[in-house]
Amino acid sequence: MSAFSSTYSLILKDVQSELRTRYALNALLMFVVTAVATILFALRSDQPNSTVLAGMYWVVVFFTAMSGLSRIFVSEEERGTTMTLQLVASPSVVYFGKLLFNTLLTLALIVAVTVLYTIVFSGSFVIKTPSIFFVTVGLGSLGFASAATIIAAIVAKANTRGTLYPVLSFPILIVLLMTVMNATTRALDGEPFSEALGDFQVLVGYFLVMIGGSYLLFDFVWKD
Amino acid sequence: MWRCGIQVEGSYYPVNDITLTVRDVSKIFNRRIIFENVAFSLSAGESLAITGKNGSGKSTLVKIVCGVLSPTSGTIAYVVNGKILDVEQVKDKIGLVSPYLQLYDEFTGLENLEILSKIRANSVPIGERAGEVLRLVGLWERKNDFLRTYSSGMKQRLKYAFALLHCPPVLILDEPTSNLDAEGIDVVKKIVQEQQKTAILIVATNDKIEADWCQRQMHLGI
Repeated sequence: MSAFSSTYSLILKDVQSELRTRYALNALLMFVVTAVATILFALRSDQPNSTVLAGMYWVVVFFTAMSGLSRIFVSEEERGTTMTLQLVASPSVVYFGKLLFNTLLTLALIVAVTVLYTIVFSGSFVIKTPSIFFVTVGLGSLGFASAATIIAAIVAKANTRGTLYPVLSFPILIVLLMTVMNATTRALDGEPFSEALGDFQVLVGYFLVMIGGSYLLFDFVWKD
Repeated sequence: MWRCGIQVEGSYYPVNDITLTVRDVSKIFNRRIIFENVAFSLSAGESLAITGKNGSGKSTLVKIVCGVLSPTSGTIAYVVNGKILDVEQVKDKIGLVSPYLQLYDEFTGLENLEILSKIRANSVPIGERAGEVLRLVGLWERKNDFLRTYSSGMKQRLKYAFALLHCPPVLILDEPTSNLDAEGIDVVKKIVQEQQKTAILIVATNDKIEADWCQRQMHLGI
């Protein structure tokens, strides 16, 4: 029970801290707005097909996530509070606390991208199978957050944090990216829910593998 | 019955009997030997000053004893109520004041203590105790001010409040009086005297006066 309450308190601390400092939130929002605006200028009046739209949607999510999610550990490292957390919480509490906070942040980011896309591409970004889209977004967020959290923990200990994060993330996230793009295309094309079950299995598997591997690795990354 | 090392306004919190044993601990960073085969043992009511020149590994040894850094070789063991525990199991019971440990600038002094206590999730009640330690370190009047408005000396005082908040049976002070004024140093002396009565105290310092606060001294390096 105390592990749950510790994890909950850590998430609450991170949410409060983020609302006061806007350490990641501002970076994420600015990136979303500029990326979607650039795509809009590039396409002008063209109506992209569902595959292109789904691809661009997740490209925006990927690069925005890369600019913001690493801060969860980098900010602790830069402020010198890493040791404080090491003293008050076990590695598993820190890992799951940061993972859940990153999941919340990713979900907020996806909501922002979806709203902007719906406004900007109102003619072509029409979700014809919402059930596929929402499951994809939910599982995609968990997948993104699980990979981003452990990579952020590794990167926070390095000297070249800015470049290392996307370099490390891309090969790890490529399977996830391909799957969520595929599932999102299905949602935009109006395919039945059963057609996307294979994609969901991949996403669940990816999430479980990332969580398991990260949980085993985190102790070493966090301590030394 | 163990009692909280710091008695404030008559309040005590029960904690357990404890012994710390450091056995043949070595640390190597990038093939450079920081120190090797360090060994000592401390029981409740005993204190040790770790001295040595800059770079001799005082802070590294402190981090290892606290469980936030792994030794290259050797073991750290705590015996609590006759039960042998590794450092991971007692880490949250250690009080640490260190230049490497910072608190959150975006929270107030009181919020810092409350939030970190909730994350620690131990059984010591936070409400009154936070007030006690804040009064002890002279920050009660500024408890609702954000940490970013604190001076470096006030931040150091808040680190003491954080370290003492959970009545630690082990208190470790790395450079204990850095940034403190004369009044702050007096507060630290009082804390050290109280802590020495019942708890384990380790002081890592270059200052001979601070080293003399402790019953025993250990010199790192040549």
